[in-house]
Amino acid sequence: MKYYDKLIFELSRPGRKGYELPADKFNTDGLAAIPQNLLREEKAELPEVSELDVVRHYTNLSNKNFGVDTGFYPLGSCTMKYNPKINEELCVMPEFTSLHPLQNPDTAQGALELYYNLQHALASLAGLAEFTLNPYAGAHGELTGLMIMRSYHDARGDKKRKKVIVPNSAHGTNPASAMVAGLEVVEVKSKPNGSIDVEDLKPLLNDEIAGIMMTNPNTLGMFETEIIEIAKLVHDAGGLLYYDGANFNPLLGKVRPGDMGFDIMHINLHKTFSTPHGGGGPGSGPVGVAAHLTQFLPNPHVKKAENGKFYVDFGKESLGSISTFFGNFGVMMRAYAYILSLGKENIRNVGPMATLNANYIKESLKDDYLLPIPGVCKHEFVFDGLKDKSTGVTTLNVAKRLLDYGFHAPTIYFPLLFHESMMIEPTETESLETLDEFIEVMHKVAKEARETPEDVVNAPLTTPVRKLDETNAAKNPILNYKALKENA
Amino acid sequence: MSYKFIPHTEEDIKLMLEKIGVNSIDDLYGDIPREVIFTKEYDIPSSMSEIELRKHFQELADKNKSLTVFAGRGVYDHYCPSVVNHLLQRSEFYTAYTPYQPEISQGTLQYIFEYQSLISELNGMEATNASMYDGATATAEVAFMMVASARKKNRVLISDTISENVLRVVKTYCHFHGVDLTVIPEKDGVTDLDAIVKELESGDVAGVIVPTPNKYGIIEDFTGFADAIHAKKALFAINADPSALAVIKTPAEWGADVACGDGQTLGMPMNFGGPYLGYISCTKALLRKMPGRVVGATKDADGKRCFVLTLQAREQHIRREKATSNICSNQSLMALYATIYLALMGKEGMREVNVLSADGAHYLYNRLIESGKFQPVYNKPFLKEFVVKTDLDIDKINQRLLDKGIMGGISLGNGMVEFAVTEKRTKEEIDNLITLMLED
Repeated sequence: MKYYDKLIFELSRPGRKGYELPADKFNTDGLAAIPQNLLREEKAELPEVSELDVVRHYTNLSNKNFGVDTGFYPLGSCTMKYNPKINEELCVMPEFTSLHPLQNPDTAQGALELYYNLQHALASLAGLAEFTLNPYAGAHGELTGLMIMRSYHDARGDKKRKKVIVPNSAHGTNPASAMVAGLEVVEVKSKPNGSIDVEDLKPLLNDEIAGIMMTNPNTLGMFETEIIEIAKLVHDAGGLLYYDGANFNPLLGKVRPGDMGFDIMHINLHKTFSTPHGGGGPGSGPVGVAAHLTQFLPNPHVKKAENGKFYVDFGKESLGSISTFFGNFGVMMRAYAYILSLGKENIRNVGPMATLNANYIKESLKDDYLLPIPGVCKHEFVFDGLKDKSTGVTTLNVAKRLLDYGFHAPTIYFPLLFHESMMIEPTETESLETLDEFIEVMHKVAKEARETPEDVVNAPLTTPVRKLDETNAAKNPILNYKALKENA
Repeated sequence: MSYKFIPHTEEDIKLMLEKIGVNSIDDLYGDIPREVIFTKEYDIPSSMSEIELRKHFQELADKNKSLTVFAGRGVYDHYCPSVVNHLLQRSEFYTAYTPYQPEISQGTLQYIFEYQSLISELNGMEATNASMYDGATATAEVAFMMVASARKKNRVLISDTISENVLRVVKTYCHFHGVDLTVIPEKDGVTDLDAIVKELESGDVAGVIVPTPNKYGIIEDFTGFADAIHAKKALFAINADPSALAVIKTPAEWGADVACGDGQTLGMPMNFGGPYLGYISCTKALLRKMPGRVVGATKDADGKRCFVLTLQAREQHIRREKATSNICSNQSLMALYATIYLALMGKEGMREVNVLSADGAHYLYNRLIESGKFQPVYNKPFLKEFVVKTDLDIDKINQRLLDKGIMGGISLGNGMVEFAVTEKRTKEEIDNLITLMLED
């Protein structure tokens, strides 16, 4: 049913239904007590379908998707590792899912203990003093981290620091988060290998700088070898160091951001800690801080009393609240299960094996694809398109051709440092055989580009839909079923 | 070395290192200053098998208490049909990421399109984004959206009748972003239009945000709001409960430009606070100021109808610091949750959920007032949540209820207590609640 193409609205028949509710025994008409002018004039035009209609419809939609369980998903900077199945079972235990976030903490001690234990585990893995789990995603963590940065300077009466340094190779969320946090972005240049140019950094440091946001390894997968010096320079200038945890996976088990001198970091639980990406979310972006910043963490904060009881704290010096309650609790349950599964022994191999996999692919493909930065990478690396530029085949073409061969495409056209960027991140959960299959297909596509380029340029040919008209979609936006019907 | 999630055998590692041309795994970390390599032991437990893991989770679970809930304050114990969880466990949905490759992501793209259609229909709006984190952050982003649309106006008014859990977050966001937020005091439990009109006089107001049902459960009457606000060239936003919108007047019917809220009421488990989703809907005119991802319909090379991420020029990965927001990951799987829930409940079911909840809530309200121990506070129309006052010791009562496995109404101080009733609460449960409350 790859070619199933109905919308749920198109299955609707008046009078059909997919639910059953208990009979109304109240003998009370609640809606009658509400004045007519406060009620909706007409019923909402929602689908009228049977339960089986719904089950088949969404099962058929799922068949048109590609996930980690379908095949290799080397999407750079997204860490598409395997999502353990036991986690999906544990996170729907009714003793947790039925908890109201405002219920008496005495009756939610298990949930609070899990929350506290996860805060503690992340602190140990990151080399920082304390974590908040409230942020909902990586970008939300960045925003929270920058709010902590500003709170720290404000609390010291240092009100001039309204600028933050961001490398031009940073993820797009970094400058965007700075903007939302009310900070002005100062860009620091990268050297040809993508790492921060220390000589370019030095003149930027002054008493208006709140701090620097760094991704280490950076978005080219290269470790910032001058990190110790950078940390010293920034700290000496009165600034703080923020670590973008999107690229934490290669360091897990090997290096802790706190030990490198970072004061604040976020972790993407949906990257490094195996929670599913969910078609775009929900993720979770816990933020950790060094000891001198713990009082600024957002409210509410889960703490442990001396008598062993867990409680919910609202700190006075806190930056405020950035979430309605405690964040994406269901995601935290999965990450906690993942950490306990691996344990302190196996977690040491996560970063090293992710790094081994990336380097293996890089070395196996550098004859056919242009490797702009030679040398050992960490969990990911970037090719600047095909090595043979005479074919006219672009990175986009290669990406689409990979879909025909049953692989997800890498991240393409990011980072912006190269014209034909192709960012490949295999993660540690992939076997040598999978990597070899991918390598073989990448070689095959390179060969096709030389010999039968039209096969690559016209790709994809075998996917549920083919090349899409994205220009028209943006020019004449059709964003709901009603508009679609009107435009038919 | 090999572990169930890390498949490398010693032989694999040897072969791969050879290909790379290094001698050891440590060589792959040779560029890192030695003093930052972590060689000590992590302070986390040893590896657990599935058997041990299940035991540990069950031990934690046993320390929680599942309650019969009569509280709300933004989170309601609605029922979700079994089908939703079954379909959500299709790993083709949950192990995918953002649909950057539309040719192999039509499943995700189409459910987002359906989600946008359903939420737009409930709100009466033309456009809806693919989801925000929660209702509070969505409301904060609406404040930013208003300021960004207004140009040179930097003030947003927000009604004090909005839930404090939402207001807290909006205040934090506005403080750091530099938006001048004015909280409009309430009058008799609802938003004070006169106070808004007065504030609008200064001409520096970009927009006004009001809630319905509000933090007391009251369905607010926004007659005259849209005219007053639009007369001063400000935008009008309503924070609403999307479930309630199946029966109460919609943001569009009130003349609002933007609607936002939290999707938890669409059958999502309370789950100790998340994941839920936030939504933003708006008029076509504001579309390009809206944050977050948007899916549009288009055609493929064979002329087949399909769906694609669109209007991405607003987003952080293209515009960086000039983007409408920093949001990247959203709550996509929860948007699927809401979509399947709304498809199942449909036109009649969404009305029935509200009728049952409202009938139960009014039944409880009437019985409490009839008892003589509780008095009305605001005498305003409500749906499933309401506030009453009492001279009884509400903390003592709630502790007694807790011992019987019941989460009673939430104490608001000064003898005020707020109850919520959903379609899950039976007449017997309500009668039992009343009996237990009036015991002494």
